[in-house]
Amino acid sequence: MKRQSTNVLLIVPYSVWLIGFVILPIGLIAYYSFIGIDQQWTLDNFATFFTSTYFTLTLHSFWYAFLITTFTLLFAYPTAYLITKSKHKQLLLLLIILPSWINLLLKTYAFIGMMGLHGPMNALIQAFGFPSQQILFTDFSFIFVSVYIFIPFMILPIFNALDELDRSYVDAARDLGATRWTTFRKVIFPLTIDGVKAGIQVVFIPALSLFMITRLIAGNKVITLGTAIEQQFLVTQNWGMGSTIALFLLIFMVIIMIFTTPRHKGGVTRGK
Amino acid sequence: MANKRFIPKLYLLFVFALLYAPIVYLIFYSFNSGDTMAAFESFSLTHYGELFADQRLLIIVLQTIAIALFSALCATALGVLGALFIYFLKRPAMRQMILSLNNVLIVSPDVVIGASFLLLFSMLGVKLGFASVLFAHIAFSVPIVVILVLPKLYEMSPSLIDAARDLGASEREVLTRVVIPSIQPGIFAGFFMALTYSLDDFAVTFFVTGNGFSTLSVEIYSMARTGVSLTINALSALLVAVTIVLLLIYYWLKERTKGANV
Repeated sequence: MKRQSTNVLLIVPYSVWLIGFVILPIGLIAYYSFIGIDQQWTLDNFATFFTSTYFTLTLHSFWYAFLITTFTLLFAYPTAYLITKSKHKQLLLLLIILPSWINLLLKTYAFIGMMGLHGPMNALIQAFGFPSQQILFTDFSFIFVSVYIFIPFMILPIFNALDELDRSYVDAARDLGATRWTTFRKVIFPLTIDGVKAGIQVVFIPALSLFMITRLIAGNKVITLGTAIEQQFLVTQNWGMGSTIALFLLIFMVIIMIFTTPRHKGGVTRGK
Repeated sequence: MANKRFIPKLYLLFVFALLYAPIVYLIFYSFNSGDTMAAFESFSLTHYGELFADQRLLIIVLQTIAIALFSALCATALGVLGALFIYFLKRPAMRQMILSLNNVLIVSPDVVIGASFLLLFSMLGVKLGFASVLFAHIAFSVPIVVILVLPKLYEMSPSLIDAARDLGASEREVLTRVVIPSIQPGIFAGFFMALTYSLDDFAVTFFVTGNGFSTLSVEIYSMARTGVSLTINALSALLVAVTIVLLLIYYWLKERTKGANV
């Protein structure tokens, strides 16, 4: 049906990308995870990963990622809901997306100033009569900034799900005597759960592997899987250990995706 | 009744204030004559002067833009081909597998992508610098283009292609006269997405860049690690302006193509 020449053009460049930049890098990560610091084959990296140091590190990482995702969701859902209710929803959505277009580093850098001892956040605290606090380099600052960064990415899929929701279901529930809360709990939320799952997916996995925000905002107080990988690759130059952590991060990612990917067939291809 | 409308508005206002506060704050202090982000002394453009006098920084800006434009163009071309490849696959299982592989780089953590690309480039002997950063940016932008183009392909009526073929169009003509025009909005969206992916990337670049080459994100990171410098603020004010202009162009193009389709 199709001629050979177009076929080649369609298949070759994309396949080269697929093999060279998707399959091969994963293969390399897997391969290097068996290479010790002395360049010999070894299982030491895995033994190290299962020691208590890395176990607590992984646990911490998950705990922070969980907190970040939860707070992001708590802020994002009502916001997305209210935007779909608004008359100017496209404009409001644009305003939500706009900050996500601004360089991540700049937004993070802004918080270094805002959270400083003489910055506006401390000015606000003092206005309420409290002494100024060390905000920067704490768990709070780390979670706050991360939530800030991730909010637009959580709002977007939830907004889409809410926007596609058939109003007549909500009207039907209301007509049948359901309260607003019951309607939300039994109708709106279950019907938009795919959006929520998509949002959790785009927040939780990156949250697990943050290292820039960790370094700039949390100082060296918070160590996550992301900082550990960066440390091993770029500071200690122990690529083997770094690869082992990266491999586990990938495994965690797959597990998370299994839980958060919508059930229906077609997945992402469905589009609108 | 008034209350019921007031609280949601207040909440939205709060969220928007929170979202924009850091950005406004950054820009505000870029006009500070002092050197801190805590005390505003008086209005001055000193830091803009410093910015434009800093040749190294300006070169980094140019490098960042070059990487972004170049990688977005390549990624868009590759992504469109990839979307067509997936669209024309006949077996659903195969299509699903390729799609899953396609999405690996979208969902993978940046750190892992950066680390694995570092391994890849060192294995292939690619010198860390412009080339490695460019290849990396193309690589991680391809899947998002595919994802944005593919729905447009499915929206297109298949009978359109059949009609073109029946009327004697060659495969090439079908592609350039029928398929490409109808997926144009997806291609534009993909290009702009690739552009922002590249401009916004820090982690991957941080891993695969060498000593002599830097992009803005990486440069801001190393500047921020040494402390506050209001030159960054001046730079950010300009970047925000550029971002808004880009976004306006994007929406304008989107509206225009929408209008053309109707």
